[in-house]
Amino acid sequence: MTPTNSLALLQAMLRIRRIEEALAVRYAEQEMRCPMHLCIGQEAIAVGVCAGLSVKDVVFGNHRAHGHYLAKGGSLNALVAELYGCSTGCCGGRGGSMHLIDLEAGFLGSTPIVGGTVPLAVGAAWAAVLKNENRVSVVFFGDGCFEEGVMHESLNFAALHRLPIIFICENNEFSVYTHLSERQPQRLIYRLAEAHGMTSYTGDGNDVEEVLAIADRAVGLARQGNGPQFIELHTYRWREHCGPNFDDDLNYRSEAEIENGLKDCPIVRFTAKLKQSMPTIGAEVERFEAEIREEIATAFDFALSSPKPSSEDARTGIYA
Amino acid sequence: MLDSGKRTLSYAQAVREGMDQAMERDPNVIVIGEGVPDPKMIFNTTAGLREKYGAKRVFDMPLAENGVTGICIGAALSGMRPVMVHQRIDFALLAMDQLVNNAAKWHYMFDGKASVPLVIRMIVGRGWGQGPQHSQSLQSIFAQVPGLKVVMPATAYDAKGMLMAAIEDDNPVIFIEHRWLHHVTDVVPEEEYRVPLDRAKVLHRGNDVTVAAFSHMTMEALQAARALGSQSVGVEVIDMRSVRPLDVGTVAESVRKTGRLLVADTAFKTGSIAAELISQIAEREFASLKSAPKRVASPDHPTPTSHFMADEYYPEPITIADAVLELAGIEQNGIDYPRLQRELCRDRPLDIPNRNFSGPF
Repeated sequence: MTPTNSLALLQAMLRIRRIEEALAVRYAEQEMRCPMHLCIGQEAIAVGVCAGLSVKDVVFGNHRAHGHYLAKGGSLNALVAELYGCSTGCCGGRGGSMHLIDLEAGFLGSTPIVGGTVPLAVGAAWAAVLKNENRVSVVFFGDGCFEEGVMHESLNFAALHRLPIIFICENNEFSVYTHLSERQPQRLIYRLAEAHGMTSYTGDGNDVEEVLAIADRAVGLARQGNGPQFIELHTYRWREHCGPNFDDDLNYRSEAEIENGLKDCPIVRFTAKLKQSMPTIGAEVERFEAEIREEIATAFDFALSSPKPSSEDARTGIYA
Repeated sequence: MLDSGKRTLSYAQAVREGMDQAMERDPNVIVIGEGVPDPKMIFNTTAGLREKYGAKRVFDMPLAENGVTGICIGAALSGMRPVMVHQRIDFALLAMDQLVNNAAKWHYMFDGKASVPLVIRMIVGRGWGQGPQHSQSLQSIFAQVPGLKVVMPATAYDAKGMLMAAIEDDNPVIFIEHRWLHHVTDVVPEEEYRVPLDRAKVLHRGNDVTVAAFSHMTMEALQAARALGSQSVGVEVIDMRSVRPLDVGTVAESVRKTGRLLVADTAFKTGSIAAELISQIAEREFASLKSAPKRVASPDHPTPTSHFMADEYYPEPITIADAVLELAGIEQNGIDYPRLQRELCRDRPLDIPNRNFSGPF
């Protein structure tokens, strides 16, 4: 990997982190009046996977999709405006944090029903084959998705028709406050996908270079007609399931576990690694931080000065 | 309705022809469903399509109703126009998440940035012991959801025209066929045509009672109307055709003339679309009503399998005629009731549409 590429990965992760931290701070003002699921701590997966995609490749996300959307190139202004319920939001205020879309960036949509977008991504891959279009489809989902029937129905169909899709399982071990061990027997998720008949991988979801390396290989194989690819990546959700805060006081996970999770920060880890070959990394990071601060300030200004939709608007657009 | 000299097709043949012409016109139209290319070809409604359009447009499917519905939605978002088929509407219940949360909402929740041009054909079963899970008529469940369109053509002419219109529509359309309509014939033009998805149609004129009927009940209502008409009881039969949107205007216009409304539905009575239609007429046309509206519908219990229990389950043409007489305040001794019975009461067995019908159900 070239230094430029490495810095781009670092910058992309840092950007998502700082954006979500800014959202978390201003969420307390109660003007972003919608449920919000932050991906702080999990940024390496979205960034590593999307780094290997082109604009025409399509991505679907889930309820925790800010990172997916931003990594694929979704508009920050339209995201923040959406959270504030403005007409200029990516859904005109109809969706909020749990429904993001940016067609120009190839981000086809995110929704909060667990497993809801998985078959849609398969359908997009199916259409690419039927229309003879050279693009791959990517879908992000959590470990909880493996308890949903639609996940297995989607894997089955993708394998049957050898579709160009990459399934990305972000395994953070929690569904809301319920640990994986209370929901699934001891087994390896990616091996289930393998049993459905596809090439499957697993890796450290907090190591952005590893994510990129696996995703690059998977995307390449899918693009060359080798059928669906499945990647399970292990990561950690830092904050509460839904909302801006840490929720360590609830004691649903141990202090030691939380401490280990935070220590495993993908940004800290990657910065430390880069520092070995780039002694000036500190200056680069400072430059990124300044750029991101300005971009965030602009996005909040945009949202807060945007027109608001009316009840009248809500009654339109039910049908195409 | 038959006009001699013009071509007639059965409803099933009309569906097949509509499908064929839609596929011929637009290469993005694909069809998928359990049994679509199998030897029975969804009661012959998909006959010959795989031979003509190939395996890349005509698909059988894994037994994964919810997943494949989502896959069809994803394909529809990506430029295809999928037509999905369920041999029984009951199977579609497995797909409610994708239908209600995704198909119906996508256009609205993403502010019109994308839409889901998807048709889902669902067939209502009846007879030969189809029983609790193979003969439900669930239109009101789908019709409750904004973002879905729901149609139930009753004639072969409308089946072809509404299917073509549904496939060209940019929204998800639930296209409900009643199995007992598949063999019913009508004049069906060979050329392409479309029938709007939001208009009821008056099929029989009359001044005394309005009967608004859905799907197969339209055929039952027409029989009742003809028999009563020959005894000077004027029944106006409206084939509702669409369930969502519901063409209340056409019914209101008729009720302003007759003052009496009977709604004949194929579904369970409680929470039915018949109930909705009566609510809306009561709100809009209360002053025109000379008597309380009535419903003829299936009873509020699951469909039994044994024909000994099922024989009286379904409303028959005579059930409709009786309800019309009650609404019009006509006593049985005020007309030639035995003649009405002779004309409208079917001979047993009642669990087949007619004596020539030998299945499949």
